[in-house]
Amino acid sequence: MKVFKDLFRDYRFALSFCVLVVLLILAGLSFFSPYDPTLWGAVPRDLSPSAKYWLGTDSNGQDVFWQATFAVRNSLIISLIAGLVSRVIAVIVGMVSGYKGGATDRVLMFLGDSLLVIPLFLIMVMLSMLVRQYMNLLVLGLLLSFFGWAWDARLIRSLILSLRERDFTQTAILSGTGTLRMVLNEYMPFAMPLIFSTLINNMSWAIGLEMTLAILGLVNMSIPTLGTMLNWAISYQAILLMRWWWIGTPVVLSIFLFIALYWMSVSISEYLDPRTRIQRVGA
Amino acid sequence: MPAQGDPVGRKEGSALAFVKRYLIPRLIQYFLVIFLGITAVFFIPRMTPNDPVQRTLQEMKARGSYLDPGTMDEIIADLTEMYGLGGSWLDQYFAFWGRLFQGDFGVSFFQFPTRVNVLINIALPWTLGLLLTTTFFSWTLGNIIGGLAGYYARRSWSRVLDTVAMIVRPLPYYIFSFGMLLLLAYVVRWFPVSGGMEIGRTVSFSWEFIKDVLWHSVLPALSLVILGGAVMFQTMKLIVQNVNAENFVQYAKLGGVTESRIVGKYVIRNALLPQITGLALSLGQIFSGALITEIVFSYPGLGTLLYNAIITGDYNLIMGITVFSIFAITTAILIVDLTYPLFDPRVRYN
Amino acid sequence: MQNTVLRTEQLKAFYVLDQFGAQKVVKAVNEVDLDIRENEVYGIAGESGCGKTTLLKALYNAIEPPLRLVGGKIYYRVNGKDVDVTTLSAEEKRKLRWEFISYVPQGSMSVLNPVLKLKETYQDFIFSHVSRQSREEALNLAKSHIAELGLPRNVLDAYPHQLSGGMRQRVTIALAALLKPRIIIGDEPTTALDVVVQRGVVQLLKAIQVKLQNTIVLVTHDMGVQANIADRVGIMYAGKIVEEGTTEKIYGEAFHPYTRYLINSLPKFGDKTMRESAPGSPPSLANVPPGCPFHPRCPRVMEICQSQMPGFTTLGADHKAACWLAGEGKNGKAS
Repeated sequence: MKVFKDLFRDYRFALSFCVLVVLLILAGLSFFSPYDPTLWGAVPRDLSPSAKYWLGTDSNGQDVFWQATFAVRNSLIISLIAGLVSRVIAVIVGMVSGYKGGATDRVLMFLGDSLLVIPLFLIMVMLSMLVRQYMNLLVLGLLLSFFGWAWDARLIRSLILSLRERDFTQTAILSGTGTLRMVLNEYMPFAMPLIFSTLINNMSWAIGLEMTLAILGLVNMSIPTLGTMLNWAISYQAILLMRWWWIGTPVVLSIFLFIALYWMSVSISEYLDPRTRIQRVGA
Repeated sequence: MPAQGDPVGRKEGSALAFVKRYLIPRLIQYFLVIFLGITAVFFIPRMTPNDPVQRTLQEMKARGSYLDPGTMDEIIADLTEMYGLGGSWLDQYFAFWGRLFQGDFGVSFFQFPTRVNVLINIALPWTLGLLLTTTFFSWTLGNIIGGLAGYYARRSWSRVLDTVAMIVRPLPYYIFSFGMLLLLAYVVRWFPVSGGMEIGRTVSFSWEFIKDVLWHSVLPALSLVILGGAVMFQTMKLIVQNVNAENFVQYAKLGGVTESRIVGKYVIRNALLPQITGLALSLGQIFSGALITEIVFSYPGLGTLLYNAIITGDYNLIMGITVFSIFAITTAILIVDLTYPLFDPRVRYN
Repeated sequence: MQNTVLRTEQLKAFYVLDQFGAQKVVKAVNEVDLDIRENEVYGIAGESGCGKTTLLKALYNAIEPPLRLVGGKIYYRVNGKDVDVTTLSAEEKRKLRWEFISYVPQGSMSVLNPVLKLKETYQDFIFSHVSRQSREEALNLAKSHIAELGLPRNVLDAYPHQLSGGMRQRVTIALAALLKPRIIIGDEPTTALDVVVQRGVVQLLKAIQVKLQNTIVLVTHDMGVQANIADRVGIMYAGKIVEEGTTEKIYGEAFHPYTRYLINSLPKFGDKTMRESAPGSPPSLANVPPGCPFHPRCPRVMEICQSQMPGFTTLGADHKAACWLAGEGKNGKAS
């Protein structure tokens, strides 16, 4: 794997890779948790960290460490659903827009730009208020994916536009390759790295928005995520009561997660194209 | 040889072309985005399976809002009117627009019977003040520092700043503001924990009052400036490194133009152009970020109003804030877009 | 013989590139001796990729990483004194530019700051070199200068994108002449223009040279342009000058087989035979053949050509070539 070797030269990639591996292991540990994450009172309340309870316990009577393993896992699942589904939308919109051009292109890009411009956070708040009773990991992930494609569709579109200028496109068209075959065979290989690096960014954005919605109590509070964990801690006044282990765990974990995801995407996109770092503004 | 491209000759015909090519598409985009946004706001509550009125009431009850029966009837009446549930969807839709044009967002439930636009009017100055100053500072500082850091990319201070930005940049508004709050208000206790002024203070134009307001706004403002500035810093640094390689910069260097002129008029001035467009595109996110930051610091602007609306299930208020924000942000973007030609002569003529 | 104004000694400028740990050296300018005189137009010709532009950067004393001065010296004759310009500080280098030596770039589209009126660009160039007191005067001078060169007066009120390519190039040429430098260096100034406009630009350069009685060093691969304007021409191949002489000598009595190819590729009136160009393509400067670098393409290659580079042999007044056909070369080294 020469690519990996080259990437590992960049300390940012190496560091973020290690952090993500640790977080993934943490998420994996949730399968071995001795506690049911939805069950309250499984352990004594409000204990500070000890050999028995590594990160202490919270006011709901849950073990913070094991709760955190579920939180990381669920946050990653939400962001993966959001990221992957929105990748599909972004790729379709971007490729159709770039390949077809003309009116199709203008309409699609207008829709995308509108999503970029409208205060998405507020629309998300409205939507989550209404579907709160159906809210679970999948619904939230899909909701996020529905709004998270616009910027990346634009990136993919401009990639396609530049590919269209190249000779092989003309050759392929002249030799009678169909549109779909054309897109899948000729363009996909070029778009893959871009899709991957935008996926990472999009996951980071989804986790951030999930946390924000969770703080506002707009998600299913019984499913542990980094956001709901923080919400419980705040609503039980963990700050004033100095229960740093409870409030600190989701905060520190999420900070590591955000930085690691970002560094990885920056490192990869710099490797792909040293001139432009593809970045998006997180909400 | 004849003088080609007489500049005066070309300028004359370009005013109309500018309106056609630049102004009109942007105005069309402006109205279309508003149309689309408001239409979305109209349809969102209707997409859920149950009656929006009952749904809203349920939500309020679930949030534990106490309502006496009289109020309840008034709310039901108002909701039914607001949603214009009589008539076809099309009738309802036009009625909805009609109300919006009168600046009427209905009545708030959590502060019944205050009207939503009154609540927005009270909260607005706080948000506007916070948003305008922090956006101005983060954009200006981020671009100047980022521009210098990009030009002197090999210097050690530039690398240090870059690392700091790499750490701050990926954090969402909520986490960053919350971290600032924990650190600077709880751990070291330099700043007040929450609010826009001391509790019980009355609004006046005294120095004491202004000082108090400013003091309370330091932390939210600082959070927004640092986070927004980090984004500007990084993009600007990157753009400057690209502009630096442009022929006109190399040419000016070969021409022995002084460095201060090159940095200011050649590098930063050109790099600012994409940053103006970038500002327009990110205004929506900056606005959302400000709301979220206000929530963290209980700053009495639209964000905190939104928070109260959410926890009391005040759907009307949320809808009002959303509709208002759509108007405000798209208008702000239009203004930024319209000032862009002032900075880029290529858009003005040609 | 006129005085020398720009001289190089055994100039070596290499690109040192670091590619995934492996160092790659591109020998773009390799042991070049030049002697450029006052009041002449000196042309440097050769195919693309022979190191012309790099040589020009070196002559302009603008050697910046990844380009490195590996050996040799560059002297300017400033106010009657030889100055080794490679040892100057950044600020001293900056001061020489435009006042003593100026530069006409290749593409004029992107060399002018797109957000400034040409007037402001002119001001930046003038104000960076002229003391505060005489700025107003310099600016007025610039305006009359513009008029003298036959450019429309209001051109300074325009933005770069409002002008045609030819007009932009004339603007950059006028800009280069603004502070009456002793040397003007032109890097393919006509290449991006169509033929008719090219002629105007060449005439403008020539007019400036006659007026200022200074030196123009013109790099172009276009042998036709060289013939039109140059007093002397140096032929460059693979980082080295292989033949140098007055324009008449080079075009009339070219000696080096490579020069002959270049001359023969020019169209002539009434001649309907196929234009002959050198077979093959120029070598990569990262991997130059041993001996005379032209030997793989040379129709008259000899055994010695493959292992050793000859020195210059004088063929007449102001005419020399580095070729084994002329002899081993005692008049200055080319290798």
